[in-house]
Amino acid sequence: MHWYAYTVAGWLMLVGSFGIVRSRDLVHAVVSLSVAQSGTYVLLLAVGYQSGAPAPVFAGGPAPSTRVVDPVVQAMALTDIVVSATVTALLLALSIQVHARHRTVDPDALTRLRG
Amino acid sequence: MSRTVRLVMFGVAAAVLAPLFGLAIAGAPPFGTASHPYRDLAVAAALRNATANVVSSINFDQRGLDTLVEETILLASVVGATIVLRASTGDVRRELAGDDRALAAVTLVSVAVLPGTLLIGLDVVVHGHLTPGGGFQGGVVLATGLHLLYLASRYETLERLRPLHWYRWSEGLSTAAFGGIGVGGLATGAGFLANVLPHGSFADLLSGGTVPLLNIAVGVAVAGGVVVLLAQFLDQALRIASERDGKG
Amino acid sequence: MNTILIGAALTLVALGGAAVAGTAEPGRQAVTLSLFGLALAVLFFVLQAPDVALSQIAVGTAVVPLMVMLAVRKIDRNPP
Repeated sequence: MHWYAYTVAGWLMLVGSFGIVRSRDLVHAVVSLSVAQSGTYVLLLAVGYQSGAPAPVFAGGPAPSTRVVDPVVQAMALTDIVVSATVTALLLALSIQVHARHRTVDPDALTRLRG
Repeated sequence: MSRTVRLVMFGVAAAVLAPLFGLAIAGAPPFGTASHPYRDLAVAAALRNATANVVSSINFDQRGLDTLVEETILLASVVGATIVLRASTGDVRRELAGDDRALAAVTLVSVAVLPGTLLIGLDVVVHGHLTPGGGFQGGVVLATGLHLLYLASRYETLERLRPLHWYRWSEGLSTAAFGGIGVGGLATGAGFLANVLPHGSFADLLSGGTVPLLNIAVGVAVAGGVVVLLAQFLDQALRIASERDGKG
Repeated sequence: MNTILIGAALTLVALGGAAVAGTAEPGRQAVTLSLFGLALAVLFFVLQAPDVALSQIAVGTAVVPLMVMLAVRKIDRNPP
């Protein structure tokens, strides 16, 4: 357990990057990028976890105390998710535009087009 | 760069980075540790300002400036996607085929679920300083819920019930409102985005000072932004066709 | 008990991520991405991060896969 959470974070980064490298389709590359980025959410939350501690939300929940899971990394993960979604949106829009201009979304074919 | 070269480079980079990552894990604080110095400070600060959801307190009170920047990133991405996806010369607007009417059962379920979804979205936004959720989550639920209209009937119905310029204005104005609340803190001499309103009593609907107000501003901005963003993609997928289409 | 849940959720996420990146066809990727997003949300819930889990459900299982699906539909309609 000690290693596992961090290793899964690294694994997601690895398979996401590998997906980008071997991609034959820009949309596939964009989705793989979002998998790679989800590794960062797992890493952040793994850093902040405390065994047996409740969530840092006190209304109707536990009595206020500092023995909760770290809320700072959770706030960062929230920002991370929103930024990832906006980046994905912009890259997908660009992929649509690349296809409209060049009639292909294969990165290798695009390299051949432009030398 | 050829495919083989790319894969070899990836292999070399991964072979170097993987052991380094392993070393970093070995030196990291153990998973599940009880020692979280930032947590101790953040929880104390949230309790001082009577905000029951500590994550909301961090996002909208303790590091409100970061959230303002994040809002600006969202706004920039919506503007960027709108520019990239707008119909250009050579594009024509297609008439939609009339036979894409939804199944009666789908219509019934969607119409039944729509008001509930919108209420849940509002609830998540308004109680963001108390329970899990907030402006971002609630805003996305509101925007996604609106698209049940598309499932319920046809794209034209969604287009008619979704005057896009309203959503554009609401996103821009509520991002400005976030900044305006920040300037309000500056005007009292406490500093930009300082929590200057009365904090109220802990776990009340009216508590947390500026946190619920900023949550609502973000909720409106995110709902507007996501609706506008999805509208660009829907338009490209369903409405806009290039004159070159079908000619290769 | 909790340790087992976290371990299972982590395994699900690790397999899901590999499945998404390994799905070559972007149209199908929209579906696997949505399921992967759901697995991540479950993991965030068991890691006691309900705020992040809600955000992941809304963004990761609904909005982003929808955008991917629409982009694929646009690109597939106009083959080279």
